[in-house]
Amino acid sequence: MGLIDGRFEKNLATDAVDTVLNLGRAYSLWPVAYGLACCAIEMIHTMTARWDLARFGAEVFRPSPRQADVMIVAGTVTHKMAPILRRLYDQMPEPKFVIAMGGCATAGGPFRTYSVVQGVDTIVPVDIYVEGCPPRPENLIRAFVLLQERVKRMTIAKVPRSPEPPVRIGAHGA
Amino acid sequence: MIPAQKDIGALLTGDLAARLPGAVRRLAHSRGECYLHVETARLVETARFLKEELPWQFAFLANLSPVDWLSRVPRFEVVYHLRSLVFNYRLGLKVDVPDESLSLPSLTGVWRAADWLEREAYDLFGIRFAGHPDLRRIMLPDDWEGHPYRRDYPLAGRAGE
Repeated sequence: MGLIDGRFEKNLATDAVDTVLNLGRAYSLWPVAYGLACCAIEMIHTMTARWDLARFGAEVFRPSPRQADVMIVAGTVTHKMAPILRRLYDQMPEPKFVIAMGGCATAGGPFRTYSVVQGVDTIVPVDIYVEGCPPRPENLIRAFVLLQERVKRMTIAKVPRSPEPPVRIGAHGA
Repeated sequence: MIPAQKDIGALLTGDLAARLPGAVRRLAHSRGECYLHVETARLVETARFLKEELPWQFAFLANLSPVDWLSRVPRFEVVYHLRSLVFNYRLGLKVDVPDESLSLPSLTGVWRAADWLEREAYDLFGIRFAGHPDLRRIMLPDDWEGHPYRRDYPLAGRAGE
């Protein structure tokens, strides 16, 4: 919302716009269809009928980053993959969010070696970290629910902007 | 009667001693496998002999694995794993890599499969293959420094991480 974003103090109108915008944003999160390792398999399961992420309004996995606003980093990020991941992130339109799924994306996981990036937050800003190796689909769903709460706190009003600190989800939910 | 796998070591050394004298340095058996240690300078002709000679026909280069002995001289060794699909033989071809050049003659002219295998050995061990058509890294990014599978490469990531 480039035209009115940050132009007005918080008032009744910005509140109303926020409510509508954030509802729309929170319940139509479009992730990039992008997986790197075994976590991607759990991510796919999250979409299946058994867990059905669509119940939470995030069912449209887009093959193009230009149509997506959530990146789920599902798996091990190697140094060879890192520039490609960053490029995908840069191609996503604002506002955009990143979920670091599993131990590898969070901190390199078991791979403390020459080829693996020790945490995807060295490349892109992360909003939600999900623990697990790999995390269960329930955990990824929990990440989406927390992300939705976060999206619903966004505002177009002129406020001092400081990025919200990232959230960490434990193995049994936050 | 086709010789059995366990007998090919003796037969091969006899065959090679007659056809390519001085090429084989020694023969070793280990757990049913047969390894020929070959002189580096005679590698290509030995490989061509093993592939093309009728009683052997090692037409399939299954794998190429460099070994880093670190404190040994010469430091590196390369093992070529050969299969004869016609006779169902397995053979290991071992060759020392000279320390000064860290370079071996390429076997891409004998087995096409050597192309990517030699690139992998170059990428991870830094062994060069003279005569390779396209010797560049195959797995790591092109701007990588060092060769990670060498024994003296740091275990836990690159410097500064």
